[in-house]
Amino acid sequence: MTAEAAGTPGRGFWRRFLRHRPAALSAAFLAMLVALLAAMTPIGAMTGLDTTSMDLAARLAGPGGNHPLGTDELGRDLMMRLLEGGRVSLAVGFAGALLAALIGLVVGLAAGFAGGAADALLMRLTDAVIALPLLPLLVVLAAVDPARLGLPAELAGGELASVLRIVVIVALFGWTTVARLVRASVLRVRRLDYVRAAQALGAGPLRVVLRHVLPNVAGPAIVATTLSIGNVILAESVLSFLGLGIQPPLASWGNMLTNAQELIWQAPFLAVWPGLLIFLTVMACNFLGDGLQDALDPRDPEPAFSIRETPRCRTASAT
Amino acid sequence: MSGWLLRRLVETFLLLLLVSFLVYGLIGLMPGDPIDLMIAGDPRLGAADAQRLKALAGLDRPLVERWLGWLGRALAGEFGYSRLYSVPAVEVLWPRLLNTLLLMGISLALALVLALPAGVMAALRPRSALDHAVNLLAFAGFSVPSFWLALLLIIVFAVELGWLPAGGAAAVGGEGGLLERLRYLVLPVATLTLLTAGTLIRFMRAAMLETLREPFIRTARAKGVGTWRLVTRHAMRHAMLPLVTVLALQLGSLFSGALVVETVFAYLGMGKLIYDAILGNDFNLALLALMMATLVTLLANLLADLCYAWLDPRITYDG
Repeated sequence: MTAEAAGTPGRGFWRRFLRHRPAALSAAFLAMLVALLAAMTPIGAMTGLDTTSMDLAARLAGPGGNHPLGTDELGRDLMMRLLEGGRVSLAVGFAGALLAALIGLVVGLAAGFAGGAADALLMRLTDAVIALPLLPLLVVLAAVDPARLGLPAELAGGELASVLRIVVIVALFGWTTVARLVRASVLRVRRLDYVRAAQALGAGPLRVVLRHVLPNVAGPAIVATTLSIGNVILAESVLSFLGLGIQPPLASWGNMLTNAQELIWQAPFLAVWPGLLIFLTVMACNFLGDGLQDALDPRDPEPAFSIRETPRCRTASAT
Repeated sequence: MSGWLLRRLVETFLLLLLVSFLVYGLIGLMPGDPIDLMIAGDPRLGAADAQRLKALAGLDRPLVERWLGWLGRALAGEFGYSRLYSVPAVEVLWPRLLNTLLLMGISLALALVLALPAGVMAALRPRSALDHAVNLLAFAGFSVPSFWLALLLIIVFAVELGWLPAGGAAAVGGEGGLLERLRYLVLPVATLTLLTAGTLIRFMRAAMLETLREPFIRTARAKGVGTWRLVTRHAMRHAMLPLVTVLALQLGSLFSGALVVETVFAYLGMGKLIYDAILGNDFNLALLALMMATLVTLLANLLADLCYAWLDPRITYDG
């Protein structure tokens, strides 16, 4: 196994990535989405709309008129709330995925490099977390009152604190994939000659891990992180939908749907947009991760054995 | 084998203890414990009374001591009363557990029925239009927010078409019987099935692709076995082996999905029970229901490992 396959984007990375059409399209979609969300302030200034003003005369208005996408049950502009919700959901998604990646990296590196009992313990723990009914358990965590942990009330009750809390909670959803993938590549990398050479030269374990192993497991870690952004965004949206995540008046794509169900007979269109945006964003992240995986680790460059083709002689060794 | 089984049983038990301790500790941190509610409900009670009540309920003792007390009672089958339902928590649990197992069982079975042929057909014609379509569907399946899918199905089949009820259960004492009950199951089951099928399709496709590269498939092909027989008799058996593990792992996320689906459709199962109990400060019930969900998933995974060894004689767990 060469260093290239172990992680660094080698030759043909961009060609392979762009050939994965869903991934290329997803990257374009996400770039456009981020640009749109970044333009929220100018859009608001241009249209004179904001996220909290209530137009009580025009509650649940359909698209058109002053409000391009209509209004919600309090007469707030749907388009502006979608933009704000997108910023919050994406920010929580990225921050949560980064935190998840950090936890996963530490666990994966420690398990893969330490080996033995520590490896067994950490991996059993990871497997257990994967098997557990996470959402019911995280609902408990989300319902905890931070003031009871001894945090001062102004710190515990603020908007930033509630967002940070959700970041931590959703990160607990996402770290397992990173941990497993990182451990697997550490096991592969640490037997390579240059790692053994570094060890023979007297480099301490911490230096070996940080200087020699970490850069070479970056590829799988990036793939797993990309894949976990989608899961993290989904987790945030579910918790916010259940009323345990981002708290109104701050919008998130999830909490915009909290009231949609009660209003489903009067204003079914309210339920469509936020969910559609979550769906497309998560799908784009997943396709992106899939494309990166293909491009970084071209295990399967040719179409796999098709059952219709005449069986040719191939090397039987496992690849 | 018995040594392995013993170790896994001990592991499972330790994990249950760990989860119960964490959940027990977290539940005490939720806002609005019974004493808060008592104080809030009676203006004559002051801070001194709160202290006295806490001491009376044993809440002034250390967490570990209280948890051990709970554990002792739990092992004796004593789970206390439910605050919301005013009956022993166990009595509330059983019918809900059955409802959820019914919902999850039907959904999992249907997801399998969908995923097996879809995954196999995609694997037989890699990179064909069919493969791309199946892949897109699979990605959609695990990218869609559960609550939004549920809302969409309600909009289409309950609001617009009016074919199916938007949620709840058959009216008590109403006519109809079994058929009427089934009508209320259709949308929750459909949601959970679509959510689960994506992962299974991806897994099935990957397993089948892998299997088709095996030498024994080439051997069978060389001996003149036809495509249909090759797939159903030779490849499927091999590809479906790891499915046992995957299905057991799905149980945890099925519980997560069930929590959302049951909440949206007001289906009286464990997921909704856990959500209601947590939000309603019903600590006894929440603890019991969470531990039951954890126990079920962990036991299912243990069972899956056992089945795997039984189905594949090459695997032994000792050594």
